[in-house]
Amino acid sequence: MTEPSRRDWMGLLARACADRLAALMPDEPEAAFLRPPEIGTVMVRGRIGATGAAFNLGEMTVTRCSLRLATGEVGHAHVQGRSRDHARRAALVDALMQSPRAADVQTRILAPLAEAETAARSLRAAKAAATRVEFFTMVRGEDK
Amino acid sequence: MYVAVKGGERAIDNAHAFLAEERRGDPAVAELSTAQIREQLRLSVNRVMAEGSLYDPDLAALAIKQARGDLIEAVFLLRAYRTTLPRFGASRPVETARMACTRRISATFKDAPGGQILGPTFDYTHRLLDFKLAAEGALPPAAPTAPVPTSDLPHITGFLNRDGLIQSETAYDDIPPDLTREPMELPASRALRLQALTRGDEGFILSLAYSTQRGYGRTHAFVGELRIGTVAVEMDIPELGFAVEIGEVELTECETVNQFAGSKTEPPQFTRGYGLTFGQTERKAIAMSLVDRALRWKELGEDDSGAPAQDEEFVLMHADNVQATGFLEHIKLPHYVDFQSELELIRKLRAEALTAIGAARQEAAE
Repeated sequence: MTEPSRRDWMGLLARACADRLAALMPDEPEAAFLRPPEIGTVMVRGRIGATGAAFNLGEMTVTRCSLRLATGEVGHAHVQGRSRDHARRAALVDALMQSPRAADVQTRILAPLAEAETAARSLRAAKAAATRVEFFTMVRGEDK
Repeated sequence: MYVAVKGGERAIDNAHAFLAEERRGDPAVAELSTAQIREQLRLSVNRVMAEGSLYDPDLAALAIKQARGDLIEAVFLLRAYRTTLPRFGASRPVETARMACTRRISATFKDAPGGQILGPTFDYTHRLLDFKLAAEGALPPAAPTAPVPTSDLPHITGFLNRDGLIQSETAYDDIPPDLTREPMELPASRALRLQALTRGDEGFILSLAYSTQRGYGRTHAFVGELRIGTVAVEMDIPELGFAVEIGEVELTECETVNQFAGSKTEPPQFTRGYGLTFGQTERKAIAMSLVDRALRWKELGEDDSGAPAQDEEFVLMHADNVQATGFLEHIKLPHYVDFQSELELIRKLRAEALTAIGAARQEAAE
């Protein structure tokens, strides 16, 4: 497996279920907030005709947080939804992933989250695949 | 004109208490949880998110509960909540070509690469009431699964594009106008129109789209592609200096392929209408793409047939159900001062008219 990038784990943490993340993190390291968890929105943009100019589609709720571990590492998080706990835990994991504990955090927190996400996505894709159809155009009289 | 009134505090408090009790309904019936609304009335939740212009299924479920199922009231609640939040920024435009599709159909190509995926649709159901649902209890059997092909699902308009048979959309990343920040100015750019349409009232957009099909600004639309699924939302984070995914949203996208005979400057080719909406909201996305196409008549050098769906001001200024409800319903608020002056005026006019009629009769009698 390739080394996960910061971009990857931040995305994974943002998409993760807040309760699942909480269950995987019974103990939290000591940290000071640089920016306490704050709830806000992000304007989601689309493209005209999927490939053209950008337009504003609508907003989504996002909670962000920045903190510094007692050992000095800084963690940031922008997570979907309005859970301050989710944002704080995601920022903690981001900071821990830059610390000597990274390998341990990867195994105990990120790997189970990634596994759960992959399983859920695969199941949904497999259910969709079962509804794949082939349409046949009926032969009409004039074609004969 | 509305003039403020005072008084009635106790009556108002009591009305709200009565409302709370009515909202709860018969206490012998179990209370509905917001999680139940979110999971089991998901299409209502989707509609409230789309028209509330805020993607948050939990908040939309709460709004629906608070509004007693009145979806326009729920949209209003969501919009009001939205204004209390700071905006952190804007996402990169979502890549719908990389959507994890649960549904993807084309009415123009039966052999679309990647195949046609029906997904969880009402299509092909018999529309007969299913009384089994009235009996509570049993979980439905797990939906069947099948191996997932590894091929991606390219946009169908892309195939037509290769042959130059369809007008193409050029990507550029100017900051789009935002009607939640600046008042809407007409004529509006297509980006602004799409923002207004995607948050517009589904019933209104549906009726306009239907009117184009019936001949009021006809554009001969085919659903080139309809896809529903989740896309990642990415945002540039200044502290990091790179973009990260901040979550994912379910979207419905509709691309229509429309006939176009060509103009003085353009050779004949297909043109496009576009719909993109929050959640699984396909009626809205299809309707949006038809109205989008109808509004493009000027840019494509078509005739203005005077159809409502071609009238940008008519469409954009009347699509928002929160604005419409606000103006419509304000007339039920006390207009006593206004009405009093009208009453006096009409009494005066009647008195004058009666005097004149009386005088005329008298003259005729003499």
